[in-house]
Amino acid sequence: MAKGIWVFAEQLEGQIKKVSFELLSEGRKVADTLGEELCAVLAGKDVAGLAASLGEYGADKVYVVDNAALENYTTDGYTNVIADLIKQYEPSALLLGCTVTGRDLAAQVAQRLQTGLMTDCIGMEAVDGQLVFTRPLYAGKVILKASCPEARPAMATIRPNTFPVVSNAKAAEVVTVDANVGEIRQVVKEVIRVASERPELTEADIIVSGGRGMKGPENFKILEELADVVGAAVGASRAAVDAGWIAQSFQVGQTGKTVSPVMYVACGISGAIQHLAGMSSAKCIVAVNKDEEANIFKVADYGVVGDLFDVVPVLKDEIKKVIA
Amino acid sequence: MKILVCLKQTFDTEAKITLSNGKIDRKGVSMIVNPYDEYAVEEALKIVEKDGGQVTVVSVGDQQAQDALRQALAMGANDAVLVDVGDKELDEYSTATILAKAISGMEYDLVLGGFRAIDDGSAQVSGRVAEILNIPVVNVVTKLEVADGKATATREIEGGNEVLEVSLPAIITAQKGLNEPRYPSMKGIMKAKKKPLAKKTLADLGLDDSQVAPKVKAISFSLPEARQAGKIIPGEAAEAAAELAKLLREEAKVI
Ligand SMILES: Cc1cc2nc3c(=O)[nH]c(=O)nc-3n(C[C@H](O)[C@H](O)[C@H](O)COP(=O)(O)OP(=O)(O)OC[C@H]3O[C@@H](n4cnc5c(N)ncnc54)[C@H](O)[C@@H]3O)c2cc1C
Ligand SMILES: Nc1ncnc2c1ncn2[C@@H]1O[C@H](COP(=O)(O)O)[C@@H](O)[C@H]1O
Repeated sequence: MAKGIWVFAEQLEGQIKKVSFELLSEGRKVADTLGEELCAVLAGKDVAGLAASLGEYGADKVYVVDNAALENYTTDGYTNVIADLIKQYEPSALLLGCTVTGRDLAAQVAQRLQTGLMTDCIGMEAVDGQLVFTRPLYAGKVILKASCPEARPAMATIRPNTFPVVSNAKAAEVVTVDANVGEIRQVVKEVIRVASERPELTEADIIVSGGRGMKGPENFKILEELADVVGAAVGASRAAVDAGWIAQSFQVGQTGKTVSPVMYVACGISGAIQHLAGMSSAKCIVAVNKDEEANIFKVADYGVVGDLFDVVPVLKDEIKKVIA
Repeated sequence: MKILVCLKQTFDTEAKITLSNGKIDRKGVSMIVNPYDEYAVEEALKIVEKDGGQVTVVSVGDQQAQDALRQALAMGANDAVLVDVGDKELDEYSTATILAKAISGMEYDLVLGGFRAIDDGSAQVSGRVAEILNIPVVNVVTKLEVADGKATATREIEGGNEVLEVSLPAIITAQKGLNEPRYPSMKGIMKAKKKPLAKKTLADLGLDDSQVAPKVKAISFSLPEARQAGKIIPGEAAEAAAELAKLLREEAKVI
């Protein structure tokens, strides 16, 4: 019989992603309700040392696959390994973070195991022995509750920042597994990481975003300065991206990233529906816009009607003062 | 080079969603080509313009999805295939099963799609199709070069990019930034009316209902609570900024 709630422990260059700890923290609750074991699966090269940290967030068991061929994420390598492990241990559920990697891996594994996958979920509960997931559809305009009643494992990717991280120290049992990485058809030619001191947009607690109101690429500096005071990531509207002021990877919205930070500060952004689609699950929205009619004020918790070039630099100084 | 493009018709991004009988009401909603699939069509056209070949667009949908296919034909695709599933309930597993079955009966060197559909999409159909067809997939691609039976693709990863190489046939999914989709010209629109658009049913593909039964079961649909407008902080820029900083710290407790 299928047993165990599994969490894919995503790591990048020797660091476990925060979303994996979030999933373990919440996974602990549903595993207890369902009377199941909570397990993490950790794959990569030289990752065994990270296993203990997964126990701190509630994992009973950590399956570790340490293999030089898993140094870089590849769809085939990781799918082969994770799917084989699942076939061997038959967990009842597999949870992954809805990250670039989590999304890629989840689709492939789900198909190989002929099972259902609910993506970009923002909620999870155990109801009558089943995991029920909450999924925003149509850019958040509809909320679906769904489950995968029969096929196993039930799979879901969950949006980062959905669940709080709760420490729940367990001395996790570490199970080292020798997996067959198999043939990897995606040959990695080059990995280009853009060095940044700032957090990843999709995982950041705070995001400071700029739109057409920024007027030019050079002005993003004032957002960066504010971001750095509060450890925030910088984001942008499509108008700013399409104008060539900032790279595509910073775009928030329906055709950009979906973010769920604690605070989202929108500067010179009008609040078009396609932009709101990517950030309306932020817990607190702050808007700075010189047009008091701007749509963004309809969703903002705090708004300042004014010129961002006057407001943002002072806001930075004032925030510095209050957090000092 | 024979290129297939998987294209989904989706709700317009501006569409207002209403529920009727607990389900999403599709009536009167204006429909568009999934924006990511437009990048896929454009990329396919660019490749055949350079190296020669044929572009076929494939969609699983209802009768109305013909409009989306015609738009791709008007952009320049050669022919189209619609698998008409009417209003049958499908999940990504079902859709991928149908698409893969349709594709496996065609010739192809490369399959292009969007990385995600913007409606109820979830960035999984393409990966699933690749798995069924047993060909490699590269997702969220922002740059693509095809030569000598290989595809070299730059894909977006967290904190950067990576360049991958795969042998063809392969599935590549488009991310914004790959190209700028062209608008269909008047001439293109006229021509599209005469281009072949084949319609198939599940039975034509040899699929029965049990093979396309969804794995995921919808329990309920609901509309989210609208966000309430909050406080507008009065005063001149400096004064308002100071007050805002204080509120964020003391009231919202977010910094
Ligand atoms: C299919 C589709 C997908 C899309 N996807 C996305 C998406 O993913 N993300 C996205 O963002 N958009 C998306 N869009 C575009 C969207 O419709 C809007 O065009 C875009 O969000 C507008 O960006 P903006 O708010 O920066 O610009 P505008 O709408 O031009 O707003 C600029 C704002 O800045 C204010 N302003 C100007 N100067 C100042 C100043 N000095 N101080 C303070 N305020 C100032 C103005 O009052 C105005 O409100 C999409 C559109 C389509 C059709
Ligand atoms: N019904 C469909 N017909 C044709 N292609 C589809 C369909 N659904 C999804 N796709 C393809 O798969 C991609 C990802 O869709 P999704 O997994 O639904 O987000 C889309 O961009 C299309 O290229």
